[in-house]
Amino acid sequence: MKIIEIIISGLNIGVIYAMIALGYTMVYGIAKLLNFAHGDIIMVGGYAICVFCAMSGSRTFFFVSIVAAVIICTVLGIVVERVAYRPLRGATPIAVLITAIGISYLLQSLAQIIFGSAQRYVTVPDLGKIMIGSLGIKWSTIITLAASVIVMVSLSLFVKYSRIGRAMIAVSEDRGASQLMGINVNIIITITFAIGSALAALAGLFYLLQSPYITNTFGAMPGIKAFTAAVIGGIGSIPGAMIGSLVLGLIESICDTIVPIAPYKDAIEFSILIIILLVKPTGLLGKVRREKV
Amino acid sequence: MASIFDRMKKVRWDHYIDYILIAVFALVLTVLSMTGNLKNSSAIIVEKIAISMILAVSLSLVVGFLGELSLGHAGFMCVGAYIGGKLSIALVAAMGNTVFAVIISMLVGGLCAAACGFLVGLPALRLKGDYLAIVTLAFGEIVKVIFQQSATFGGNLGLGTPRYDKRSFFIIELITVIITLAAVQNLIRSKHGRAITAIRDNEIAAKATGINVTGYKLAAFMISSFFAGVAGVLFSFSNSTIQATKFGYNYSIEILVIIVLGGMGSLRGSLISAALITLLNEKLRTILTGDLAVMKDLVYAVVLIAVVIYNNAPALKSFRDKYNLRRVFDKIRNPKQDHAFVRDDDAAWDRVPTKIKMDELLSVDIVPGNEFTPDKPSKGGQ
Repeated sequence: MKIIEIIISGLNIGVIYAMIALGYTMVYGIAKLLNFAHGDIIMVGGYAICVFCAMSGSRTFFFVSIVAAVIICTVLGIVVERVAYRPLRGATPIAVLITAIGISYLLQSLAQIIFGSAQRYVTVPDLGKIMIGSLGIKWSTIITLAASVIVMVSLSLFVKYSRIGRAMIAVSEDRGASQLMGINVNIIITITFAIGSALAALAGLFYLLQSPYITNTFGAMPGIKAFTAAVIGGIGSIPGAMIGSLVLGLIESICDTIVPIAPYKDAIEFSILIIILLVKPTGLLGKVRREKV
Repeated sequence: MASIFDRMKKVRWDHYIDYILIAVFALVLTVLSMTGNLKNSSAIIVEKIAISMILAVSLSLVVGFLGELSLGHAGFMCVGAYIGGKLSIALVAAMGNTVFAVIISMLVGGLCAAACGFLVGLPALRLKGDYLAIVTLAFGEIVKVIFQQSATFGGNLGLGTPRYDKRSFFIIELITVIITLAAVQNLIRSKHGRAITAIRDNEIAAKATGINVTGYKLAAFMISSFFAGVAGVLFSFSNSTIQATKFGYNYSIEILVIIVLGGMGSLRGSLISAALITLLNEKLRTILTGDLAVMKDLVYAVVLIAVVIYNNAPALKSFRDKYNLRRVFDKIRNPKQDHAFVRDDDAAWDRVPTKIKMDELLSVDIVPGNEFTPDKPSKGGQ
């Protein structure tokens, strides 16, 4: 029973990481930039839900707040891409990275100015538990797992079969050639940012269902962890991000249950990242790209 | 006598002006401190500025000259601070709170940080730049967690370390700044430094010319971590307790902000911006309290983004070349000089002309009527 509990909580954390890691990995694959501000988009989504929930306690309004959070994050993602990243297309990667860090800094300090640095309680509805034998599973966990699986499957199908999805693959393979084939690279990158940010908003929601407190650095740690997961899985690869996240989630839940090593949880996860990079420099599913001169 | 003057004329004073300014600054402060005119609060600000300067110069080696992003600089500082701090407790007990205790702790702390730099750099530097960023970030978090949890290093409460005399510690720090600056600047101007900037400008081309890319990257990374460790030891001597939470991701970013605003690849810029930003931070801390303190971060963030976009956006290149502070200075100094001229020993972020323009090399001007065809020799002759 204990093992099943560990696995379920690991999967729960894992799918949340997967939601975030997908955003990282898609943006990296297509725009070739590390979006360090991604974690803070989760935070914005969380605050959006917080504000809308505070307006009304009813459950129907809760769903409205989810939609609103997704829309706000999507718009924010597009705006960030337009303002901060597009002017730097073609510049050195390190410049883009530093801008991304600047955006992250900006969003965090804006949130602190608006909402203060104190922790806020978000009035998400309590959905209760379901009992299977002696095992109690929270409804929120089931919803998180189900929703994430649906999102991941539909995203994979979207990328594989839709016109836009195939254009995304083309751009990630070779930007110049896909431009010559008539793909509007700018629009594809904007769409990628929009999808990534929408997923980040959902991740924020799932986090709040787990523990309903939010601060301005709410997204920082999940963001870094999810990024670690994306790198473990092989950055740029969508199935890699999912597998890496589940692996990381399971490790985290195992560490949580073993008392003497629980405080070292973060250190263990990051050490695993370094070890995996040592053994397999491109991550579990990453492709080796040869650079042409 | 005349020969000495001739020699003095040949010395490139602009290479030494940083050292001279820091030395003069240190001297003035020493005199003030000895006559009792220096307030303790000012001495502490100078200490903080010196630590920022060492951190900025050492990070500048990796980010500005090697062109790799390190997000764990505070982690290396943390290693230095804890190891050096722990050692200094024993040393101070054995030989008193003297300069020697500081120097030995600095060396040991720095070497430990460099060893960590080696361990982190080895897997990361074989990979592409983005991976280095994430691995250094991960390293910073690992170090933080380990020191925070370890009972030998004081755990959550932090490690109590001996505080060096406030009235004279800044002298040791400023001398360390000069040593750091001399080490990094001479490295950059040496053959090895050229190799490092060549790796930044085009890694594949550097590899093709026979530069040991991994070796140089690792060396630069270790030197940078060494000085970060030294800064950590100085930090432990200028505080009575050190806490691991101080050395988080945000502190690494703060150092990064300093060198980006100072101009990447410019050590003088890093020094100036380290001094200004640290001073500003200290002054603003007393003015802005509570949640308002974050206004400062907001401004930094906006300035950071604006500076990076202005300096790097391909669309702004012609504008940048036209209105450039350095060109204005050049014009004042020497109005008749050709301003497109690039001094090759500046090793600045965007001024070393190592990038080869392939289009220019490969394109051939073909004059109409003078095309070369195999069976009909061209009219113009060879």
